[in-house]
Amino acid sequence: MKKYLSFFRIRFQAGLQYRAAAFAGVATQFAWGFMLILMYRAFYRSGNQAFPMEFHQLSSYIWMQQALLALFMTWFFDGEIFDHITSGSVAYELCRPCELYGMWFVKNMAIRLSRVVLRCIPIFLVAALLPSPLGLTLPASAVHAAMFPFALLLGFLVMVSLSMLVYIGAFYTLSPVGIRIMAGTAMEFLCGGIIPIPFFPQWMQRIMALLPFGSIQNTPFLIYTGVMQPVQALKSMFIQLIWLGILLLIGSLSMRHALKKVVVQGG
Amino acid sequence: MIELNKITKTFRVAKRNAGLKESVKALFRKEYEEIRALSEVSFTIGEGEMVGYIGPNGAGKSSTIKIMSGVLTPDAGQCIINGRCPWKERKAHVKEIGVVFGQRSQLWWDAPVLDSFELIRDIYSVTPETYQKNLKRLTEMLDIGEIRKTPVRQLSLGQRMRCEIAASLLHDPKILFLDEPTIGLDAVSKIAVRDFIKSINREKGTTVILTTHDMQDIEALTDRILLIGKGKILLDGSLEELKGKYSGNKLITVEYAGNLPALPENVAALKNLDGHAELMADMSKMPVSGLISLLSEAVEVKDISVTGESIDEMVVRLYKEFEI
Amino acid sequence: MKLYLKYLSMLLKSQMQYRISFLMTVVGQFLVSSSMFLGIWFMFSRFHSVDGFGFSEVLLCFSVILMAFSTAECFVRGFDRFPHLIRTGELDRLLVRPRSVIFQVLTSNVEFSRLGRFAQAVLVLCYALPSSGVIWTWDKILTLIMMLAGGILLFSALFVLYAGISFFTIEGLEFMNIFTDGGREFGSYPLSIYGEGILKFFTYVVPLALVQYYPFLYLTGRSGNALYPFLPLAAGVFIVPCYLFFRLGLKKYQSTGS
Repeated sequence: MKKYLSFFRIRFQAGLQYRAAAFAGVATQFAWGFMLILMYRAFYRSGNQAFPMEFHQLSSYIWMQQALLALFMTWFFDGEIFDHITSGSVAYELCRPCELYGMWFVKNMAIRLSRVVLRCIPIFLVAALLPSPLGLTLPASAVHAAMFPFALLLGFLVMVSLSMLVYIGAFYTLSPVGIRIMAGTAMEFLCGGIIPIPFFPQWMQRIMALLPFGSIQNTPFLIYTGVMQPVQALKSMFIQLIWLGILLLIGSLSMRHALKKVVVQGG
Repeated sequence: MIELNKITKTFRVAKRNAGLKESVKALFRKEYEEIRALSEVSFTIGEGEMVGYIGPNGAGKSSTIKIMSGVLTPDAGQCIINGRCPWKERKAHVKEIGVVFGQRSQLWWDAPVLDSFELIRDIYSVTPETYQKNLKRLTEMLDIGEIRKTPVRQLSLGQRMRCEIAASLLHDPKILFLDEPTIGLDAVSKIAVRDFIKSINREKGTTVILTTHDMQDIEALTDRILLIGKGKILLDGSLEELKGKYSGNKLITVEYAGNLPALPENVAALKNLDGHAELMADMSKMPVSGLISLLSEAVEVKDISVTGESIDEMVVRLYKEFEI
Repeated sequence: MKLYLKYLSMLLKSQMQYRISFLMTVVGQFLVSSSMFLGIWFMFSRFHSVDGFGFSEVLLCFSVILMAFSTAECFVRGFDRFPHLIRTGELDRLLVRPRSVIFQVLTSNVEFSRLGRFAQAVLVLCYALPSSGVIWTWDKILTLIMMLAGGILLFSALFVLYAGISFFTIEGLEFMNIFTDGGREFGSYPLSIYGEGILKFFTYVVPLALVQYYPFLYLTGRSGNALYPFLPLAAGVFIVPCYLFFRLGLKKYQSTGS
C-alpha cells in the first residue's frame, strides 16, 4: 500500500507544477459552463414541455460538472501508458514489484485528482456567487449532502475502472489513436457530458439503465442537485457499487489475459 | 567570412524546487534567475576553415550556433556572415548555410529519403542541374544509393545521419554548421562521416563549424579549436598548439610492493590503492627517468608503464583549469 | 503554390502509410461530431425550437460552422500544433530554411483525417439545405458561401493567434479553446440565444457572429439587410491582428530562444 501512496504522491506533485495551466483551465471551464447555462436558458425560455429538472438544478449540475471535470473527463488518457503498450516496453513495467493493474489505476487517479484539486475551488466559489437561477446552490438537503461524497467517490472509481478497459483494449488493437478518440467520445456522450442524461429521450433512458455510464457523473450530480430523491439515490449508489465491482473484475481479468499475450509474444 | 564581435546573450530561467511544499509555493510565485549564456564572444573564421567549437554542456555552444544561423537574436554585439547580419536578412542568409542538428531530423519521418531531398530542392530553389549533380556526388560519397527509397523511420542512426548531411548540402552552402554530427554513431559510421566532411571541405572549400563532445572528431577534422566556457571564449588556437602546451604530461602506472615515497610537487597521485598507483607527472619539471629511479629506490616495482595524456584527458584538464 | 502542392502530396503520402490508424481517426472524428449532432437532436426532440429557431435551421448553422472549422483545422493544423514545434525544436529547423515562417508552419502539418468531421458537416448540410425552408436563390447561395469562407478565415485566424500566444505561455493556452472549440460547439446555435452581451462580444471582439448570426438572419429571411451577406468578409480581416501578434511572438522567440 505504501508504494502505491508514494507513487500517487509523485504523480500528484507533478500535476501541481502547471500553474498557468490551472489558471487557464479554471477560466476556460468557467466560460464554458457559463455558455452552456445560457444555452439551456434559451431552451427553457422557449419550450413549455415538462422539464426533467428545474433550471436552477441544471445550473448547479453544470457548475459541478465544470468544477469536477478532471475527475470525470472521458477523453483523457495517459499517453505514457499507451506508449508503454504500443512500444512493448510494458514488459519493463512488469519487472517492478507492483501489480500493474493497481499501479495504472492509482496513476490515473492521481493525475485526475491533482488537476481537480487546483481547479475546483475557484470555480465553486465564483459559481456560488452568481445570482440565483444561474449559480451553484447548496445541496438540496442535509440527507443529499451526506450522500453526495459517497456517490462522488463511487462515480470517480467507476470512471477510472472504465478508462482502464480502454487501455487494456489497446493491447488488442493496432491503433490506440482511433480507440482513444472513439471510446472517449462515445463515453462522454453516454455519461451525460454533452447533455445531462435526464434530457435524453425516453427510449434512450431505457437503454442507459442497462449500462454503467449513468453511474459516473450522473448519479452524484443528480443527488447533489436534489433531482434524485433519497430512496432513488440509495438505489443508484447501490448500482454504482455493483458496476464498480463488475468493472474491476473484468479489468483485472482481461489485464491478466493481455499481459499473458505480451509475455508469449515476447513484447 | 564569419565575424562575431562582442556577442552577448542573457536568458531568464524559472527556478524549480523539489518537494510538495515548494511546488505549492511555486503555484503563486515563481522565481527567475538570469543566465548569461554568452558574454562578449568575438572571433573570426576565414573561408574554407574547419573549426571545432568545444566546451562543456551549457557553455553556450548551441546559442552561438543559433545566432550564427539566424535563429536567435543576440542582446548586443555584431555578427557578419558573408557580408550579412543573419537575423536581419534571414532568408538570404540561410540560403548560403547548411545546418545539421545531430539530435533532430530535417527529413520527413514517414517519407522516403529521396522525397525529402526533392522537397528540400524546391524549398531552396535549387536548379535541376545543380540538384542532379549534387545528388549524384553526395550519393556516391556518402554511400546512400541503396537507401534512397527507404522511409526515414526505417533507417539506422548512421544511415540517417549520412542522409541528414547530404540533405544539408544539396544547395551548395558556403558554410556548414554541424551540431554533434557523430553523436550515437557506431565506429564505421563515425569514420565515414568524418571522411566525408574532410573531403567536402577540401574539394568545395566549404567552411565547417563543428560542435562536438567527441574529441576524436576534433582530432580528425579540425585545424582550429575554439573553447567556450561560461559564455566566454577561453582559447582560440590550433590543436597542435594546444597539445604542445598541455601534453607535457605523462601518466605513469605502477604495480609495486611497499610504501610509496613522498612525491615531488609536480607529480600528482591520481590513484593509489593496494599496490596499484596512477601518477600524473609534468615532464618539463620532472623527467620520466628521474621519477622511475625515485620510485625504484623506495619500493619494489613489479610493473610500470608510461603513457601520454589522451586528448580527452587534456580537455578535462582544460575545463578544470578554467573552472568551467 | 507549386511547392505547397508538393508538401501536400508528401504529407498525404506519409499519413497514408498508416492506413488503419488513419481510417480509425477519420471515423473517430466523424463520431466526435456525431455526438454534437446527437446532443442537438435530443434537445430538439424535447423542446422543438429555441428562441424561434427550428431544428433544421439550427442544423444549417451547425453544419456551416463545422465545415468551416474542420477545413481550417485540416489546413492550418500546423498552427494548432505549434507548441509542439517549439518544444521539439522543429521551429529552429524551419528558421534555417529560406522560406517564410508562415508558409513553413502551414506546411509542417496538414491533418487529412479531419475529413471525418467535414463529412459529418456535409451530411448534415445535405439534410438541412432542403428542409430548412430556405428558398435557394442566388443571393442565398452567395450568403452561404460567404459564411463558409469567412468562417474558414476566422478559425484560421484563431489558430494563428493560438500559435502566437504559445510563444509566451504554453500552459495557459487552454483558454484559447473557448474560442476555437467553443466557437465550434456554441456556434452550432445562432449566437443570439446566449443573450445580448455574448452576441456583442462575438460581434466586436471575436467576430464569430459576423460569419454566423447576421448572414444567417439574411439566409432564413429574418432580415432583409443586404449588407449582412457581406459581413463575413469583415470577419476575415480579423486575421490581420492575429498575424501581427504571431510576428510579435516570433520576434520574442528569436530573442529569447524559448
